[in-house]
Parts: sequence; C-alpha cells; structure tokens
Amino acid sequence: MKSIKMKLSIVLVMLLVVFASCKNETKQETTANTQDTSEAPASQKGQAFIADDGSTPNVLQIAIGSPDHTTLVAAVQAAGLENALVNAGPLMVFAPTNEAFAALPKGTVENLLKPENKEILAAILKHHVTAGNYSKKFLKKFTKLGQADDTNVTVEVIGDDVFVGGAKILGSVKAGNGIVHVVDKVILPDSN
Amino acid sequence: MKTFKYHILSLAGALALLTSCGNNNGNSGSNSALNSSAAEKVYVAPGEQDEFYAFMSGGYSGNLTVYGLPSGRMFKEIPVFSQFPTSGYGYSEETKPMLNTSHGFVPWDDSHHPDISQTNGELDGRWIFINGNNTPRIARISLTTFETEEIIEVPNSAGNHSSSFVTENTEYVVAGTRFSVPIPQKDMPINEYKGNFRGSLSFISVDPEEGHMDIKFQILMPGFNYDLSHPGRGKSHGWFFFTTYNTEEANSLQEVNSSQNDKDFIAAVNWKKIEEYVNNGGGTMMPADYAHNLYDESTHTATTTMKKEVLTVDPLKVPGAVFFLPTPKSPHGCDVDPTGSYIIGNGKLSADLTVHSFDNMIAAIEGKKFDGEAYGIPILKFEDVLAGTVKSGGLGPLHTEFDGKGNAYTTFFISSEVVKWKLGTWEVIDRKPTFYSVGHLMIPGGNSRKPFGKYVVALNKITKDRYLPTGPEMEHSAQIYDISGEKMELLYDFPTHGEPHYAAGIPASILAPKSKKIYRLDENKHPYAVLSPDEARVERKGKEVHIYMSTIRSHFTPDNIEGVKVGDKVYFHITNHEQDFDVPHGFAMIGQNTSEILVMPGQTKTSLWEPKKVGVWPFYCTDFCSALHQEMQGYVRVSPASSDIEISYSLDGE
Repeated sequence: MKSIKMKLSIVLVMLLVVFASCKNETKQETTANTQDTSEAPASQKGQAFIADDGSTPNVLQIAIGSPDHTTLVAAVQAAGLENALVNAGPLMVFAPTNEAFAALPKGTVENLLKPENKEILAAILKHHVTAGNYSKKFLKKFTKLGQADDTNVTVEVIGDDVFVGGAKILGSVKAGNGIVHVVDKVILPDSN
Repeated sequence: MKTFKYHILSLAGALALLTSCGNNNGNSGSNSALNSSAAEKVYVAPGEQDEFYAFMSGGYSGNLTVYGLPSGRMFKEIPVFSQFPTSGYGYSEETKPMLNTSHGFVPWDDSHHPDISQTNGELDGRWIFINGNNTPRIARISLTTFETEEIIEVPNSAGNHSSSFVTENTEYVVAGTRFSVPIPQKDMPINEYKGNFRGSLSFISVDPEEGHMDIKFQILMPGFNYDLSHPGRGKSHGWFFFTTYNTEEANSLQEVNSSQNDKDFIAAVNWKKIEEYVNNGGGTMMPADYAHNLYDESTHTATTTMKKEVLTVDPLKVPGAVFFLPTPKSPHGCDVDPTGSYIIGNGKLSADLTVHSFDNMIAAIEGKKFDGEAYGIPILKFEDVLAGTVKSGGLGPLHTEFDGKGNAYTTFFISSEVVKWKLGTWEVIDRKPTFYSVGHLMIPGGNSRKPFGKYVVALNKITKDRYLPTGPEMEHSAQIYDISGEKMELLYDFPTHGEPHYAAGIPASILAPKSKKIYRLDENKHPYAVLSPDEARVERKGKEVHIYMSTIRSHFTPDNIEGVKVGDKVYFHITNHEQDFDVPHGFAMIGQNTSEILVMPGQTKTSLWEPKKVGVWPFYCTDFCSALHQEMQGYVRVSPASSDIEISYSLDGE
C-alpha cells in the first residue's frame, strides 16, 4: 500500500517536472512561430491526424474504435507509433485484447508505459506488425513471418486455428491499409 | 483496484507527455526557428536565381522535370520517353524516331533514376542519364540544350530498374534488370522459371566526346531480381554493386514467396575485369533486337538504327569478377559512400541498415573465405564483409545519400522519416519526419565523390493533406531540409510532377553559364530547312505535299497555300528564323491528328497533316510570340481528290 502511494507520488512529481519543462519549450515555440509560419504541434502532425471520413478505416483507426483494445491504443500512443500504423504499408497488425495485456505479469504494462521504456515498448509493438496483408486462411501457408522489429514470429496451424507467435487469431478486420487480426496473447519477442 | 488506478494515471501521464512534448525532437521548426527563418532560407527574390538545379524523374510521366533549389520552383519538363504535346516531342516527324523500340513506337515509359555524368567521380554537368523502366531503355539528355539526344533500348532486360547509374568517369552507364526473363526470349512455361530465367546487367559505354551510347557487354546472372545499383568510387572504382531480392526465384505471389530467405545478396561486379575480358575477345555475341535512337543537333532530326546483336558474358567464365554479399531482408537501396569504402544495403522489410566494407570484401576475396556459392558465383560470409549495422529504430529503410562531411541520410518509408547517421560509428545523429512515406532522397552530388551537402530533398510518395485537395489524384510532395547544421531543419514543401523516384542535383554555377540560348540558323543542316524566306516554297511529290515554311515575328512564309487535295500527306517543314533568346514559334493546323509543334529559334521541325475534308482551313502560331501574335496565321485550301488545281502559294503578301 505504502509502496504504491510512493510510486504514485513519484510519478506525479515526474509528470509535473515534465510539464514544467515542456511549458517553457512550448512558449519558445510560440514566439518562434509568430515570426515564421505557424505549425501544429509535432505530436499531432502526420498522416495519423488527417481528418478523412471517406476512406476505409486504417489499422490504427480500427484499434482506436475497438473497446477491447484500449490498452493497445494507449501503448501505441505512448510509443509514438501512430504515424507508422497509418502508412500505406500494407500492414498486418496482430492486436492483443485488453484481456491479453491484463494477463501479463503484474506491473508489466505499467512499466512499459513509462517514458524511459518508450523504445522497449515500441519494439514489442513492432513485433506485432508485419509488412503484408494476409487473411487468416492465407496465413496457413506460412511457417514464419518477418516482423517490423526485425525478428521473426512462428506461424502454427492447429485444426482451424492459426497461432502467430503462440497467440491465437480470434477474429480479423480488413483495414484500408492492411488487416487487423485480433489475438488472445501479447506476443513477446523472446517467446519465439 | 489500486494497481488499476495507478495504471490509468501512468497512462494518462504518458499521454500528457506525448501531447505536450513527446515528439519535440521531430519538430523541425522548434528550436532552430528561433535563430533562423525557414522562409528566408527558401525565398529567392524576384529576379534572383536558385543555387542548385534539381532534376527529378517523372515516374509514370516518362519525363524529367527541372526544379530550382532551394525555392522548389519548377522550370521545365524535359520530354524523354513520352510524347509531349507542349513541344511536339514524339509528334514532330524529327522526334518520332526517338520513341522507336523493337516493339514498335512506344510513346510512354516509366522514368526512374536520373544520374548526372561525372569526371573523376565529380559532377561534370555534361549530360544526365535516365532509365525507362517498362520497355527497357536508357536516355541521355544534353545539359546544354536540356533536350533528349539519345535513347538506347536494352535487350534481354525487363523492368529496367537498377539503372541508370554512371561510373566515376562516365565510362559506363549501367542498367540492371529487375525482372529476370528467358534469355534469349522464348515460349516456355512460367513455372519453369527457376534455373531457366536469367537477369542481365548491361554496361553501356559512353563516348567521352559526344556521349554516344553503345552496349559494350551484358553479364548474364542468375534469375534474381536486380533492384538498385551504384558504382564504386575512389578505392572501389572499377566495381559496381547491385542489390538483389527474390533469390528464392519465386515466380508467383512474390510478396510472400520472395521473402522466405532471411538474406538476399548484393552482387559485387568487378567490371574492369570483365571489360578486360571482352577487350581480349571474351564473351559471346548473341542475336538480339533493339533500337538505338540518336538525335542530331545540326539536322534537328533523330534517326533509329535497329541493332541485331549484343555481347554477353557468362560470369563463371571470368573468375574473380562477381561475388555475392549476403544482405538481410530483401535489400532495396544500394548506395556507396563518397570515399568508396562502404556499401549500404537497406533491407526494405528491416529496421536496420547493413553496411558492408569494401576493404573487408577485398580481404575476404583474397583469403578465399567463401560461404558456398549460388549458380557457381562465390558467396562471401556476411560477418566477414560487414562493416557495421545502423540501429535506426525506423521502419522500412530505402535509400541513402551523403553530405561529404562523414554523414549519411537514409529514408524510411513506413516510419516516414529521414535519419541522419555517422559513417564509421553508425550512430544516429538526428531524425526528422517526412510528410509522408518518403522514397528516394537527394543531396546535390550526394551519390558522387563530392557532395554539396547543403540541402537534402525528400521525395515523398504520399501527399494527402499537404496541399489544397485536388480530388483523388494529387501530385507528389517533395520536402527540402537544410542539412548545414548538426540537426536537419525542414524548410519547405513543394509539389512535384508525375512520380519522382530519384533525383539528381547540381550547382547552378556549373550548368547555367553553358545553357544554350538559340540554335544558329547558319548551322542548320535540316534537309527541309529554309535558311532565307525567299527559299520558302511548296512542292508536290505524288500524294505528298512538302511545305518549306519560315517564321519570323509575326508571319508564316508562305501563309496561303492552294492546290492541296483530300488524301494528301501534307508536311509543314517549319524553320524558325528568329535568332533571339526565348522566341519560339508554334504551329497547329485545324483537325490535325497530332499535337502542335514548338520550333526554337534557328530550328526546323515538321508537322504532318492529312486533310480529310474539302474547305479552306486555317493554321496559326501557338506560342504568344509578339504583340502581333494574333495576326500570325495562314490558310490552306483543300480541294476534292479529283480536283486539278495546281499548287500555288503566297510569299510575303505577293
């Protein structure tokens, strides 16, 4: 109980420090921008932030729209991967559910969401992404896939089920820039 | 419950962090903008001129566009592989032969990789070469007239993609095939691809005086896909490097089947060794069928020569000439640093960049440290040739250019960014986002021994919201960054025409002074030229009517012509008598089944008209040449085919 409180206060203090330093920077930016052309904040620039109601939702928009993937979306945002996920790709995303994240050892997700772990988090998330666009049925042709983090995942077929890196495909949604396969486990790079 | 709250809090914290300053290192305008104005850096005041020329390939436009840097202003579209009604290129009788191939007249291609001629590894600004990807061709464009002067078809090739890069002294312009094919072509089942198809690497010699191209030899390689290439330079001059993919030799669904091997190869070709071999009578002459189209500036006319054979080389017959360097993940870009020490292969499905060392490669070859062979070609050990790996953190690395100060700049398609890293230490120095999905990038001279490392231009494939929307089809977007400091600074966006793949840049000071202003009329050797208006005339030869016409502000001579009949072929041979910079005249005839033509001062061009209807039909000048431009016109009287009206015409109102 105590340790949690301490952790909380540390996090809060850290956030305040970050906010304070950022405010300062934001001010500087504003001054600069009055002289130059005005630019949107960098964090909201890129393909991920284009308003487009007409196109088929991309893999990121599908994840954002899913109530079962709030943890994944938070992780994607924390890792700063939004713009990569809306790329022309094609991209195949294996999207662990909130339950899959909750099944990880206690504290894992919290730890990964810490700013200092941004790169580790990004690598884990990229381990869930393939440059490709294959249906579950078509995936049965593969024994492995090369993932965006530069490592491979295994593909196994057991009966009608397809397991990617040990995670079972629960369902699939076609996206404007690829496909999302919902999976029941977080695929950790060392699990292969 | 407590853990949950904590979770939410840190999540909120992470989000807040992201929104407030998470990506600040990605914001080009943030800190540097305090000290400098991006606007000022790209502003070229009215009447001022740009510091660099940039030549951007037109991709599916088939052409080459000329821009100024840093302003991003487009100066010209040079027609190369495509008919171009703006000037009449590919429509005028003189330029139609430029588009001849062994498949007949092909009025379009997909232009990819321009490269400027070099002397001692430095840009010399004589010519620029560019490849036609679809119906394999290489073009040479003069950098004094900015006109396409020569196009040579490349036989035994398909998807002419690892082209058209020049060696250090423009000894060769090199063209590699992306798609392997049966060589020679024949009727055979596609599923017998493996082991039967081959890939050709063509070394096209360039005459040092005139620039004329000739296929010196073709190396017939295993049936892989040869994707991109660059020459060695400095110590590695004499070698050429080609990335390969589909070393699996899959023939269907390549997006799956050609990515099964963890590593493909960079093919290292010792072309000097092969050159020596063929100079001593080596190689096999093989029947072939390809067009060589050459434009003569003095006659203003192109001619086509059909070539019937090509010299091929089996690499196994030249020991020590070709080696394979294993390179991870279907490498795409293949770039060599200015010192010639490093060969960079970017696995397009990778996050990391693989850098091979030329010295390590030579040591491994001398030590005969091979790791097997592919079709008899020795494979070197990955670990033996590797110089280092750039752990970039980006996704989908494609191409690399250099600033001449020890830094390299690599594009990442999927993570949409340019990453600056240091040669030798392989550390990442800076990264800046691009908008969006960058393909090639270009630093003027950035693939030579002497880069001009002031700007880098990112050639983005996807535009989306960068400009006012223009429906589903948008021009591609280029972005220019200042790279004179430690960190890159995004300065400006500008649209580019077609699909620029690669580009080549050169200081304006090298080209501008020698840019041609007019063609001298007294040097015009066109067989239908009229060098003085009193030579203007109309001659009938059977069904052909030849009109020898001159133009000067603001009239055609002759202007009224009678005696033309339905069913005739009427050739208007128009000589522009202006000798004044930037005063072309145009010509168009009503109902003509072709484009207008634009005739430069001192030039002669021919426009064909096949009248189908009886009547009196006007023609006029299409270029606003003078205050009396609207008066620049004439008539042709067309009589029935059976008519016996003789040819007559009016000269200067007489």
